[in-house]
Amino acid sequence: MSEEKKDLITLESGEMAQPFAWSAGTYGSKFLTELRDNKKFVGVKCPQCGKVYVPPRRVCGPCFVELTELVPVSDEGEIVTWTVVSFGFVDPATGKQKPVPYCYAAIMLDGADTVLLHFVDETDPEKIQIGARVKAVFEEERTGSLLDIKHFEMV
Amino acid sequence: MGKRVAVTAVGMTRQRSARPDVSGQELIGEAVRMALDDAGMTRKDIDAIVIGNMDHFEGINYVDTWSVDGSGALMKPIMKLTTGGTTGTTIAMAAYYHVASGLFDRVLAIGWEKNSESDTTGAIITAFDPFWDRPIFAGAVAGLAMEATAYMKETGATEEDAAYVAVRERTHALNNPYAHLHLNMTIADVMNSPYLSWPVKMGDMCPRTDGACALIFASEDVADGFPRKPAWIHGVADRHLWAYTSDPYLDFKTGEAWFPAMQKSSQDVYRRVGITDPLEQFDVAELYLPYSFAGLRYMESLGFCEKGGAPALTRAGTFDMGGKCPVNPSGGVMSSNAIGATGLIRVAECAWQIQGRAGDRQVPDVELALATGFGGCFWSDVLVLGKEKPEKARG
Ligand SMILES: [Zn+2]
Repeated sequence: MSEEKKDLITLESGEMAQPFAWSAGTYGSKFLTELRDNKKFVGVKCPQCGKVYVPPRRVCGPCFVELTELVPVSDEGEIVTWTVVSFGFVDPATGKQKPVPYCYAAIMLDGADTVLLHFVDETDPEKIQIGARVKAVFEEERTGSLLDIKHFEMV
Repeated sequence: MGKRVAVTAVGMTRQRSARPDVSGQELIGEAVRMALDDAGMTRKDIDAIVIGNMDHFEGINYVDTWSVDGSGALMKPIMKLTTGGTTGTTIAMAAYYHVASGLFDRVLAIGWEKNSESDTTGAIITAFDPFWDRPIFAGAVAGLAMEATAYMKETGATEEDAAYVAVRERTHALNNPYAHLHLNMTIADVMNSPYLSWPVKMGDMCPRTDGACALIFASEDVADGFPRKPAWIHGVADRHLWAYTSDPYLDFKTGEAWFPAMQKSSQDVYRRVGITDPLEQFDVAELYLPYSFAGLRYMESLGFCEKGGAPALTRAGTFDMGGKCPVNPSGGVMSSNAIGATGLIRVAECAWQIQGRAGDRQVPDVELALATGFGGCFWSDVLVLGKEKPEKARG
């Protein structure tokens, strides 16, 4: 911090910890434990419209019915849309600068009807396109987090 | 049956990158005092207050109570709202409902934000789901960039088409002393600016701003007693479709609707107000365009043209000052974005246009104006304001 005396005073929060803990719920936990233990994706199917939600959720919004049928989905899919992030920012989850550039994509896995946000290991906009096929690459050490998927690679 | 409601007074701070000279309460107070002066009233005349911002952006999570010295809310009914980018338009809609219900005659609506007091991208990320969104999400810029990528693929629109929107908004802002950015930018300047998140460049994006806005909403029983002519609310609607930041990108895949929440909310208002051809019927629009590509896709979702038709209209100057329907004479969100105030400023600008008080940015003879709010997982608020008192109160 500068030692300069300022006339307009600002108070800074400084280094502080504010721990939170969130529940993933029954289905969210199932999705994450399947990633962790079996490197597999699980979705949930709507009994009314047949839509498969990945990650799974409890309710189909349009039908407003409770979802109960867990179904496996593929670890491969296609890019629905994407961007290459090149501005620097602090990741509020870690307090550290996110390494940029990175490709951030909406991915529809085969067998799913919703999209999953994740990284794609390509940062050249010339080489990425909507409709491109991608496959999940898993971390060796997995903890039950979406980041147990290291990224998706182009196939 | 609800009461008819008008915006009768406006207060607004100059929008700036940082206001270290004032606390949040003091910033709010500047806009409130200006609105009360505009109304020729004091705090005593206000029946109720609706206030909002994105409270966790400043780390002050009870602004309704904390700001009473600035808002004038001491011992008055007050309600706080926090709905992301739409916060300001939600405040306007809530103030409208307060009055339309018949419970209050004069309601003060206040939106504000001091983005300089936090890391806006980090704060935006924490507005979303900790499991499915936050690990990957890079805040508003990257989320919008994904929309732009899909829009270009679907319609064949180019980055240069978007640059026309950016230049229009920045050129319009030169006429607005309240605007944060006063940049003389060319298409080449936008195209040559660095990528923030492909295909979105620095010149395509809104700034982060400190500012506040305050409006007074009055019932038909008292609206004519104000010094300024009323700007009547003809209709309001909002829609929220999706839960997670990933969900809206499904719309790009299915193509079922272009921007479903905005399409549905606008169609809903249009039907009630009698709008069948927005481009012909609106004299001016103050739209929440957080970045340049929004100025293309949203025009199509709002029914100003067919899908893919916005680039040609934009290049032709249809939405410029002097064009068929000027969009954002104020310079819009791309020139000032104090998030919790931004939507309310759209409504304020419509009121000023209708009242003929928009200074160098005045559009001649404004009868009907459109204001929108945009936020989060592509949700949308839509308000229609007019010079004439509507036949009856409408939702
Ligand atoms: Zn369903």
